[in-house]
Amino acid sequence: MSTITQDTPAAHDDHHDDHHGAPKGIMRWILTTNHKDIGTLYLWFSFIMFLTGGAMAMVIRAELFQPGLQLVEPNFFNQMTTVHGLVMVFGAVMPAFTGLANWLIPMMIGAPDMALPRMNNWSFWILPFAFTILLSSLFMEGGGPNFGWTFYAPLSTTYSPDSTALFVFSVHIMGISSIMGAINVVVTIVNMRAPGMTWMKLPLFVWTWLITAFLLIAVMPVLAGAVTMVLTDKYFATSFFDAAGGGDPVMFQHIFWFFGHPEVYIMILPSFGIISAIVPAFSRKPLFGYASMVYATASIAVLSFLVWAHHMFTTGMPVFAELFFMYCTMLIAVPTGVKVFNWVATMWRGSISFETPMLFAVAFIILFTIGGFSGLMLAITPADFQYHDTYFVVAHFHYVLVTGAIFSIMAAAYYWLPKWTGNMYSESLGRWHFWCSVISVNVLFFPMHFLGLAGMPRRIPDYAIQFADVNQIVSIGGFAFGLSQLIFLAVVIKCIRGGEKAPAKPWEGAEGLEWTIPSPAPYHSFTTPPEVK
Amino acid sequence: MSQPQSKSNRKLITMLLFGAVGMFGFGFALVPLYDVLCDTLGINGKTQSTASVYKPVTVDKNRTVTIEFVSQVQSDMPWEFKPQMNSMQVHPGELIRTHFVAKNLSANHIVGQAIPSVSPGQGAAYFNKTECFCFNQQVLAATATADLPLIFYVDPELPDSITTLTLSYTLYNITDKSYAGSVEQGAAR
Ligand SMILES: [Cu+2]
Repeated sequence: MSTITQDTPAAHDDHHDDHHGAPKGIMRWILTTNHKDIGTLYLWFSFIMFLTGGAMAMVIRAELFQPGLQLVEPNFFNQMTTVHGLVMVFGAVMPAFTGLANWLIPMMIGAPDMALPRMNNWSFWILPFAFTILLSSLFMEGGGPNFGWTFYAPLSTTYSPDSTALFVFSVHIMGISSIMGAINVVVTIVNMRAPGMTWMKLPLFVWTWLITAFLLIAVMPVLAGAVTMVLTDKYFATSFFDAAGGGDPVMFQHIFWFFGHPEVYIMILPSFGIISAIVPAFSRKPLFGYASMVYATASIAVLSFLVWAHHMFTTGMPVFAELFFMYCTMLIAVPTGVKVFNWVATMWRGSISFETPMLFAVAFIILFTIGGFSGLMLAITPADFQYHDTYFVVAHFHYVLVTGAIFSIMAAAYYWLPKWTGNMYSESLGRWHFWCSVISVNVLFFPMHFLGLAGMPRRIPDYAIQFADVNQIVSIGGFAFGLSQLIFLAVVIKCIRGGEKAPAKPWEGAEGLEWTIPSPAPYHSFTTPPEVK
Repeated sequence: MSQPQSKSNRKLITMLLFGAVGMFGFGFALVPLYDVLCDTLGINGKTQSTASVYKPVTVDKNRTVTIEFVSQVQSDMPWEFKPQMNSMQVHPGELIRTHFVAKNLSANHIVGQAIPSVSPGQGAAYFNKTECFCFNQQVLAATATADLPLIFYVDPELPDSITTLTLSYTLYNITDKSYAGSVEQGAAR
């Protein structure tokens, strides 16, 4: 096996004349077709976007620290909520998962690289352009997008700023990037598995990503269609969403959420795969109910196409439609419950140790479940009339996306950092990061439930005086959570620069092909496929 | 990469790309699909957009249905727009003639388009208009007033659970979008 690493690039790998180690300089990163390099690029991009979107969240929380208008104009506040959402969804969470997929899927299935390395390079490198376009629109006259990340018509058509075309094009580019990434994942998993790596031996991270990739291919084009209709409605006098011309603004919501609900599973299914790798490793037991995990993931994906209108209960749907979407939504709790049960059953009577990845994984299970429960409450049609567009919704989706998706990404980063860098991260700093994050994130989001139940609407820069105290607590939690993420940055940089050398398999209970190759993973791995028994 | 694998890669990529392009098309197909579904299921409160023919049916004198009229004008449109009567009692099957009054308050020629909606939505399919100003654009010269006619009948098949039908019109300013408006403005210039 090659010993060439990222840190000590060499001109030639003596095993293969046609393969070489990492070239030096900036061109390495621009021209790279190596799945590990592209994974690294995705992960760093995602982290930069996480801090960018986080900075916008800080602006939001600073303005909401007190009632009244203190720091920013309402229009700028709206741009902050909009772009925060867009950056976190399309810039932070989705690229982080794609980065993990790039790094891990080839190593997990015993493949030398992704199936389509050149397309892989393209799908990453168009992303920075998309976000440059999106973020630069904030500095244009009239401002950037201010209609919410859901860009409901007519806010995004009749009443939107002149820069809306830039928003549309940036979403187009993000969509193309995601679709190319998804095609690459599917082709890699279907065609490049090592001999003996049968379907039901695939690690769950690979399974969940395969299903996620199909969701991406199915719904990202629908999002592209929706933004295209917004574009033509605004600039070319079509009337898709304009009642005066025979269109219907409610139809926008149907099309958007047909994309939007599968999208939320795109942001959580890979998390399920990550947790299903970490919990067994630190419980020193095999995963409980592997097959049921696969089927649960698949059924969640199928159901995700049948629930979109639960975002639209207050639009005046007929009662039978409200009931249909209510019951379908509640049905999703069954496969999700299977998963939570399996994780807990995996831990049951395991000899558990709580290193940082496991801490994040356990927090994920508990806090994601809280987010799931508030989702069930929102699914109850009559109750939704009270919760709709309040901070209760904000609390719900931040529990599933921050303590869900983001926590799983953090867990994954800690779990695989030794494999990526060849060094152990600082366990004590990791624990600091975890405890600061888990406490502050609950101070940040838990009280939002009560704000919502008391009737505070979302997406407003000012609020009634009775919400002042709770908002102050929430903002303090927000600042603390934001600062805690700098610890993570420190951990990662420290780990890249050095530290205790990591063995090939740093975690006693870890399983999978990626732990059979040395740490750090050589620039080219599995150039001859391993035999999977 | 071996030859058979790159072949099967290409096949798979083609299939997935077709899937993606197909879903892009599906997004647009949702537009007519949405209208068809609303029509066939009789939801969304949409009434028919062309005149229906009055079939002389037996008027159900034993039953009265309250018809309410609601009118709204888009906020930036300088028109006054009111029903002749706010509500009336009708028998199902009876042909009723009424009108709305529109007045252009501005010094400009304006083209409007009224969009009807019936509530409760399930009743929309039973509200038949044989003549309605909403089938066409409404053109008013500066400061002009017009009576906008509406002739309708309620289908006697209307479910018993529905005793009141509310017909709402929202008036939109489509001067910029309409052909009539642009010709007139062009002449004025
Ligand atoms: Cu949903």
